[in-house]
Parts: sequence; structure tokens; C-alpha cells
Amino acid sequence: MDLAFTKEEMAFREEVREFFKNNVPPETRRKLVEGRHLSKDEMVTWWRILNKKGWGVSHWPKEYGGTGWTSVQHYIFNEELQSYPAPAPLAFGVSMVGPVIYTFGNEEQKKKYLPRIANVDDWWCQGFSEPGSGSDLASLKTKAERKGDKWIINGQKTWTTLAQHADMIFCLCRTDPSAKKQTGISFIVFSMKSKGVTVRPIQTIDGGVEVNEVFFDDVEVPYENLIGEENKGWDYAKFLLGNERTGIARVGMSKERIRRIKDLASKVESNGRPVIEDPGFREKLAACEIELKALELTQLRVVADENKHGKGKPNPASSVLKIKGSEIQQTTTELLMEVIGPLAAPFDVHGEDGSNEAMEWTAQIAPTYFNYRKVSIYGGSNEIQRNIIAKAVLGL
Amino acid sequence: MDFDLSEEQRLLKESVDGLLTDSYDFDARKKYMKEKGGWSKAMWGKLAEQGLLGLPFAEADGGFGAGGVETMIVMEALGKALVLEPYLATVVIGGGFLRHGGSDAQKAAYVPAIIDGSKTFAFAQVEKNSRYDLHDVTTTAKKKGNGWVIDGEKFVVLNGENADVLIVTARTKGERRDKTGVGVFLVPANAKGITKKSYPTQDGLHAADITFTGVEVGADAVIGNPDDSLALIERVVDDARTALCAEAVGLMDESLKTTVEYLKTRKQFGVAIGTFQSLQHRASDMFVAVEQARSMSMFATMAADSDDAKERARSIAAAKVQIGKSLKFVGQQSIQLHGGIGMTMEAKIGHYFKRLTMIENTFGDTDYHLRRVTEAGGLM
Repeated sequence: MDLAFTKEEMAFREEVREFFKNNVPPETRRKLVEGRHLSKDEMVTWWRILNKKGWGVSHWPKEYGGTGWTSVQHYIFNEELQSYPAPAPLAFGVSMVGPVIYTFGNEEQKKKYLPRIANVDDWWCQGFSEPGSGSDLASLKTKAERKGDKWIINGQKTWTTLAQHADMIFCLCRTDPSAKKQTGISFIVFSMKSKGVTVRPIQTIDGGVEVNEVFFDDVEVPYENLIGEENKGWDYAKFLLGNERTGIARVGMSKERIRRIKDLASKVESNGRPVIEDPGFREKLAACEIELKALELTQLRVVADENKHGKGKPNPASSVLKIKGSEIQQTTTELLMEVIGPLAAPFDVHGEDGSNEAMEWTAQIAPTYFNYRKVSIYGGSNEIQRNIIAKAVLGL
Repeated sequence: MDFDLSEEQRLLKESVDGLLTDSYDFDARKKYMKEKGGWSKAMWGKLAEQGLLGLPFAEADGGFGAGGVETMIVMEALGKALVLEPYLATVVIGGGFLRHGGSDAQKAAYVPAIIDGSKTFAFAQVEKNSRYDLHDVTTTAKKKGNGWVIDGEKFVVLNGENADVLIVTARTKGERRDKTGVGVFLVPANAKGITKKSYPTQDGLHAADITFTGVEVGADAVIGNPDDSLALIERVVDDARTALCAEAVGLMDESLKTTVEYLKTRKQFGVAIGTFQSLQHRASDMFVAVEQARSMSMFATMAADSDDAKERARSIAAAKVQIGKSLKFVGQQSIQLHGGIGMTMEAKIGHYFKRLTMIENTFGDTDYHLRRVTEAGGLM
């Protein structure tokens, strides 16, 4: 048992840190620190810098542009990225549809889509959830009917994150209405510019417009846009959702938040003294740091396990990561609210593309708190995670 | 970055788990508890035979030169089996003082007797009002000729009844709460002037309140610097806290396992109660609590070997906070999910709960250690 990183791993951390320092646009970093939403241009600009360096799709197989890093290197990269902070690669392309295409897609699809995903020539969004299908995703109703060499798609998706920017969508559609619910679903990709696609923004409680409803009204999609086999879409969806295990803990991000809390709490006063000197506040913060340390160690146990034994059998401890990671992220946003006190009140107005800049940084604290209620809901709600632990780990 | 046990460590784990599976079931434990001082001499002999009592000592002193991970493995196993024998008091604490502060002569005099199982130790540290502060000492040691005279009262001395040797903290200089002026003394338990009141503790162990009245010891009784041994005491107590974290992980593992088994077998309304989602989610939360505790037990184990006293102290304090939170949740919910049967002395789950509860209040509870981490400025 050895908790130390090797010399090579530490050198790698330095290299990554140095790269971020020299290449993340300062404005982008500042907005992230302040919890602001970035414009599409700001995100794409950074991702192309990352891709040029060869780190845009780091975990992909080497033949498709990946780095061949070890699990520990991926861990270090993500931690440094989150704690710098710099925008994470667009998950919908890089972590979700990309791996499905290189694992289940045909050669033509790989050639057509993968380089464009890596360079964000196409912005991808995810067509999974529907108004009636949240945690019970397999009950989805969006229909794709085959008509000659085309699919005709009708239905509605929701919670489609950043669909307002999207060029492409990967979509779970029911292709065999007579089959049992998991077995009649296919994985189809198509252009968001197709005739019959309508995007309607949903304003969330933080005032932002991150998510959307997407309507399909007789959308015509070439048959060849089916990924893998017809009616096997549920398997690909499970593969996709199971892919992201360790990133979800977001330890680096919470570390960055805690540094920010400490920084702000030493500037904002309470009772005539900096908030950081308030014993009650300090204890709450220390308690959060301890929880985070425990999570970091749990994550390292999973990473070290993968590093040594491969990804074959998931370490049961990995199921802790989503629950604890989301709880801690939420706690940090509560602590920020506590630091800022009455100055949390002013409300900032968002631009049409979802970005915002207008007001003081203090105006972002309450929205971040509101916004982060999402993290225990998405990616399989924490209640679903508990179901998974009960069944898969405890055998109940 | 590697959390796996080495081949040798894996074998150690198998052998100690095997020994306890064979000779430490719930009924055996009840018998051992009734022996003098609350534990079994024969069982202690078996631990000695397997070499477990000599693990942390240097090979030059007759031990195996094992590190913190080995102690963690043993303590987890002892926790899992709810072992009564005084491993913590003798090997971790008694042995810890000798290893970290003992002279060659002291090691030669005592280490072989620990390793072969012929002597056990007890740590006489807690006082009526000292609570968890190791420097809060009113017991005095005054110079007399070459030796010392010890006067004072110590409370809840674990293994106080059976111990052959007491390790006593006593003030040689200064006021009650001064950080300097505290020394550590090796005192034979049968020395003249010692009176003991022995009793069982809530978790089935045995302890004693011990009064020292004009107890005379020689110059060779002093471990380290008699006027300034707080750093030594802190180091050994940090080892003890780390060992308790591991013991608690073993106890929690077994509590969760026992509770999940109960959920699978107990039927109400015609079905196993483990099919009810509210109980499934509770069990899942227990699992999360155990895993977070395990991570911090490992963290403490790694930190315990560090020579940076500040870093070591705040890391181990952080671990004790996590362990304290986890053990309270896992302990209480184990009882809750067992329902009425969990309230009885017949079911073993209650005994796990009681030992876990006492661990929280040993060498600093959750609030105490949270304050220490806070005062250290957090962990980052």
C-alpha cells in the first residue's frame, strides 16, 4: 500500500498544470471561478486549444486520437483541469457519443464523426430523457419508423443540455413498439438543423437556460445514421452511462470551490471580522474538507484499482463517488451562500445564448447554489444510485 | 499509488482472520469475557504464537519490523471478531512508547515479554477532568534521590486490572494544563502504593480506576524526557487513534454484513424486509459510510508513519472525525434495521454498536477532532 504518486506522475502533473496556466484564456478561467456561464465561442475556442495539444479526447483509444494515458494520469489530468479551473471537454461528444461510435459504429461512421467530435466541429447533445421518462428511461416514447432508406422521427426529448448550441443529437428512439420496453430501442444520430426539429429553452431556477425541450415533428433521417444494430440501443445507452465512473466525483472542482470559499471568507465581514474567523463557519468548512478528503481517497482507491487490474470488474467503492461527490458539491455552494449573506440577493439577467456577464460576481453565488441542486438529480439520481448499491453491491 | 496489500500482508490477513474464525465466535467471546480481567490468557497465547504481538517491533528487538499497514490489518480483524484481548493497550500503546521513546535497556527489559505474551500493558492517562487533552495532567512525579515518587488518580485505564506494567503520564513541572512538564513512567502494576478499582466497561472490556499514593520508581522508569514528553505521548496516541480507526472499520464491516443478512432473512408482510426500498436505501447509506471510513483509515495509516508531527496530527484527527461520523450512523442504523432483536444482549449486533460507541469516545470524539482540524486551518 502506497499513497504516493510516482516521480513520472508528479512530472506529468506539472506538465498539465503548466499547460493550463499558459493556454486557458484568462477570461474563461475567471468566469468559471465566478460560476458564470460561458458563451459557445469561449468553450469551443478552449476545446480546440486542448485538441490541438492532443488532449481533447484523452481517454479514447490511441487510433482515434486518444493519449494512451494510465488511469492515474487521467485522474491527474481531470483533477488539474477541474481545480485550475478550465472547462471540461464537452461530455456529450467526447465521453458519451464518441465511445459509442468507436465501439459499436461502422468504419464509415467512425471516419465521419470522430474527428469532428474531437475538434468540436459538431456540438453534440443528448436525446435521452423525455417528459414521461426520467429515472425510468426505458419507458421512452419518441418513435423512429423506417420508411425505405429513411427514419421518420416523432416525439419529444427534454432536459437537453445546451441544445441551443447543438449541431448534432444522439437519440434513443423506439423502433419496435411491440417489443418489451428495453428491447425495442435504437440509437440514432442526426442533425439538429433537420427540418422538423424545434428547440425550446427551459429556464431553470437559477435563471439560466442550460436545458431545453426538443421536439421532433416528422424529422427525416437517413437510415445509415443508426449506430450499431437496430433495437440494441438500450445496450449502448447502458454502456454510455457506465463509462463515466470516476470523473463524477469532481474532487478537483470541489477543491477549487473550497479555495474560493476561503478566499472570499477572508474578505467578507461578519460581526466586524472576516467570516473565516467565525468558529461555527470554520468548523463547517473543515467538516466539508474532511468529507472531501475521504472522497478523494475513495476515488484514488478506484483509480489505483483500475490502474493495476484494468477496468473489467467495477470496484464497489465506485458507487460511492456519485452520491458523495454530488453532496459535497452542493455543500460547497451552501457555504458560499453563507459567506455572502444578504449580498446574494441581486439577480443577474442571462443573454440569449445562456451566457452572462453583466453584474458583480456576488450575483452568481445564489444561482450557483440553485443550479447545483441538479447534481443529485442528473446522471442517475442519488436515489437511483442507492438502488444500485442495494442491488449490485449488497445483494438486496 | 497502490491500495493493494502485498503478498505477505495478504497472508497475514488470512492467518489472523482464520485464527479468529476458528476461536472467536460469539459464544467463545462470552466465555473469555468471564475470565479474570475480562479476557482469555489462552487466546492471548494464541495471538503470541502467531507472531501477532511482535509485528511492529524492530527485528533487532526480536520483532518483525512490520509497519502501520500490518497493524491496520490486525486491528480490522480484531474489530470484526469483537476481540477483548488487550492488543491496543499492550502492543500499540505500550509497545508504541517503547518503540518511539524507550531506551535500549527498556526495550530489552520489556519488548520480549510483550512479544511472547507474558506481560500485558495498560495506559494510565485519563484523569477526572482531563477529558481528551493529553497535556491536562495533575498526577505528579517528584524527584526523590535518583528516582521518582508518583501521586495521583487515573481513570478508565483499559486492561488496568490484568496489566503487568502501567504506563503513567505524570507532571514533573508546571501547572495542570501546561504543555511542557509532562513525563511518561513505566510502573510495575504491583508497586507499593497502587490501589485499583476494576470494572467492566459498556462494551464488554475491562478497565480500572487507579490511585497512586507515594509510588516510588527508579530512574530507569522514565521513558524519554521527564520534563517534556508531550510530543512522544501525542505520537503514540496518534498510533492508537489510527489503530482504533482500523478496529472501527472492522466493526462496521461486520455490522453492515450482519444487518444485510438480517434484511435478507427477516420476513414481514410475507416478504423479506430487505425488499423494502426505505430499508435498502438505509443499507446503501451505511455502505457509503463504511467505505468513506475505510478510505480515511487508510489515510491515517499512511499519515501515522510521517515524521511531520503537524501533518500527521491533522490527518489522523480528520480520520477520527470521519470514523466517528460513520460509526455513529452505521451503529445506530444497524440497531434500527434489526428492530426489537437489535435491542437485546442475545443478538451480537448490539455488542458491535456498543464497542463502536466507546471507540468514538476514546482519545478524542468527533467534535474534539473536528476542532483540531479547524484550528489547523483545514486540510488544504
